[in-house]
Amino acid sequence: MMTKTVAVIGGGPAGMEASKELAFNGFQVVLLESGARLGGHMNQWDRLFPNKRPAGEILESLYRNFPGSITVMTETNITSIGRNADRFILRTAGRDVIEADALLVCTGFRVFDAILKEEYGYGIYDNVITSVDLEQWFKEKRPVLTSHGRVPATVGFIHCVGSRDEKSGNLHCSKVCCVTAVKQAVELKEKLPEARIFCFYMDLRMFGLGYEELYKESQEKYRIQFIRGRLSEAFENMDGSLMAKVEDTLTAKPLRINLDLLVLMVGFLPSDGTAAIGSLLGLTFNPNGFLQPRDGHLQPHDTEQQGVFLAGSCKGPKNLEETLADARSAVLRIRQYLTN
Amino acid sequence: MKIEGKKRLWQQYQKEIAGDRYFYVRSCVRQNFFPGAEAVFLKIMQDELGKDVYENPAHTSCTGIGYHCDIVPFDTAMTVVARQFSLMAEAGYENFVTSCITSFGLYSEVLETWNHFPEKQEQAARFLHEATGRPFARPSNVSHASDIIYKYRHEIAARAQYRLVNSLTGEPLKGVEHIGCHYAKMFPSKGVGGAEYPYVLVGMIEEWGGEVVDYPERRHCCGFGFRHYAVRANRGYSLSCSRKKFESMQPYKPDFILTNCPGCPMFLDRWQYVISEMEGKTYGPGNEGIPVLTYEELAGLVLGYDPWDIGLQVHQVSVEPLLKKMGIAYDPDGKYLGPGGKYLGRPENPANIYFV
Amino acid sequence: MPRWGYKIHEDRQVIWEEGDFSLVERIRLAEPSLCLCISCGTCASGCTAAQFTDFSLRRVIIQLQRGRIEEVRQEIDRCMLCGKCILTCPRGVNTRHLVLCIRKELSGDVLY
Ligand code: SF4
Ligand code: SF4
Ligand code: SF4
Repeated sequence: MMTKTVAVIGGGPAGMEASKELAFNGFQVVLLESGARLGGHMNQWDRLFPNKRPAGEILESLYRNFPGSITVMTETNITSIGRNADRFILRTAGRDVIEADALLVCTGFRVFDAILKEEYGYGIYDNVITSVDLEQWFKEKRPVLTSHGRVPATVGFIHCVGSRDEKSGNLHCSKVCCVTAVKQAVELKEKLPEARIFCFYMDLRMFGLGYEELYKESQEKYRIQFIRGRLSEAFENMDGSLMAKVEDTLTAKPLRINLDLLVLMVGFLPSDGTAAIGSLLGLTFNPNGFLQPRDGHLQPHDTEQQGVFLAGSCKGPKNLEETLADARSAVLRIRQYLTN
Repeated sequence: MKIEGKKRLWQQYQKEIAGDRYFYVRSCVRQNFFPGAEAVFLKIMQDELGKDVYENPAHTSCTGIGYHCDIVPFDTAMTVVARQFSLMAEAGYENFVTSCITSFGLYSEVLETWNHFPEKQEQAARFLHEATGRPFARPSNVSHASDIIYKYRHEIAARAQYRLVNSLTGEPLKGVEHIGCHYAKMFPSKGVGGAEYPYVLVGMIEEWGGEVVDYPERRHCCGFGFRHYAVRANRGYSLSCSRKKFESMQPYKPDFILTNCPGCPMFLDRWQYVISEMEGKTYGPGNEGIPVLTYEELAGLVLGYDPWDIGLQVHQVSVEPLLKKMGIAYDPDGKYLGPGGKYLGRPENPANIYFV
Repeated sequence: MPRWGYKIHEDRQVIWEEGDFSLVERIRLAEPSLCLCISCGTCASGCTAAQFTDFSLRRVIIQLQRGRIEEVRQEIDRCMLCGKCILTCPRGVNTRHLVLCIRKELSGDVLY
């Protein structure tokens, strides 16, 4: 029997993990990535929740024993996907033609563009940053300073920016930002022991093992203060600090607080690749724009299109554990499909 | 603050503003509050820019104030609005221009309602026909008068006699702007620059040489609030809202407040006096207040119109400090003289706030 | 002065910076579990005192953390020290000791 080929679309953690497993299972793999390198968002991340493990370790493990037989094509954009009998024919912007017996879509997510929450002033006020920016600062070992070069005395983390928000057009919970905020708040407090750090939240969703523990530790050991209230607007003060308006819902009073640095916990949205590949293949999108498997419980990798499978956060917000497990499970499903 | 960030947003909120042939509807309260403002608009549009602006004496209140006071039901308001549109169409116009922000908000709300609920439009057309026999029509463009002044701000600048520059120091004058809640908070896409960083007044101030200062409570309501103002016992809400704004803007030392709406200049102007009486506090240098102008009045000053011809003597906060800064030659003795030199009477001197 | 018939309203907005955080700082040293409160209200729902007075230990803890000492002072004496709350708190806040510490501090004894 001829070796079957699987084209894996998207080279983030899900795509990398799945490619490796497929290759170990004896399939020919073509891994297609639109960006310049593999690893996806892991490349921008410094440390991971809940145990502050360096993201580099994960990248390293993804690259470790990466089979040389996998054809990796970076900076590759797929322009059309056709079928010839049971085979898929993928054409790229660079005029390559790839044939495959099955497709695994691992196109992942992008983060919400914080500029769209106009009233929070990202891109306008000097000291408003996103969780991604802060992680970048950590990764680059940049000292945490305000734009005026001062050590911030007060820092606010704003949960649910672009998630759970009709006004942003996103109804879903991005799932990982609550625990990310707690992780980043703790890391910040380690760097700035004098700072008062606040998290402004609607609900705290500590869904994973070790998350609630981290939250508790952040209160007890790091004295992060959690205020239940959602930012209605921020404004820049004369000295460049921010005036934030929330309701302190637990005392039922409007609250005004000055913050030297405001960190927006940007949410999880389907990536442009997820939208593009989903449309090229005529897949079903769920109301939040993620790809919808045929049956979320029982057929989590199958789609309406025979031979097209899904894995990772193209289906919705996931943490890394779930993403990697989902990728491995997708490989099992593809093996079943191609060997029957 | 990063101005490029604001500019990027401003670009996303560019609305269509008709260029000529306007059907102009006045506010029902402005002529009492600031009697020269609408006359200045007409003078600029007709005499300076040669535009066709038509007014119809059969036009009535839009009922916006009654609607926002919960006195006029929305169905009634929609029928009244349908009548104004019908007057417009009858006169052969398509571009509807409102003087009042609350009118602008109401017209926008009615049109949006009709877009979303066509049966409501049918109902309004039917009520209109039953009540007046008039045919139903819709405008092709609805703009607020400030949108039009904004659109022609360059033309006004080209004719400027005075600029928003301190004539002694050469420094730009500092203005804070207040667009009025109903201009864009309900429908951000209907306001130039959107709701969070509106550009309509900013564009005028910048074009005419001034500098805009952004202050933390800029977005806060002036406190008009309709029911809050209409019932005397509730006026404290209105007063307290304005006070919150003054407290927030004072450290930035603005030379003037520029406003968009009939209510906002009224309250931002008059409450400065009330606060001076109640608390002895004023917000300008010494015991001065901060002069409050409507966009038409400011355009009039820039064009060199006599401050007393455009009604600045009825402002509670004396505008003279601003006139001096702009280097405007004005006649102090003419302040309380009406047309033909008729003495209008002089208000009593308030105790705690500078007044001339 | 004219009779206005209305007045300037006191602003309900709480300005964080105006809070007095000295009390919470001292109490925290005496009873660090204070920081663990998640405002779930279990303490207040079973509280003996809360059934018949406007007392909520949950609210007292929040007011303490917000630096609003006057509010704490007005409420804290209503606690009957029965200990029901310590039995139920899911976060292990040592509530009864907390109440005792607050009372001591407010009566002028210095704990730390
Ligand atoms: S995980 Fe938390 S911050 Fe993120 S969207 Fe859900 S509730 Fe909001
Ligand atoms: S110890 Fe005090 S606060 Fe706790 S349950 Fe008893 S009365 Fe309520
Ligand atoms: S039961 Fe414990 S955690 Fe819940 S509100 Fe009371 S003290 Fe806080």
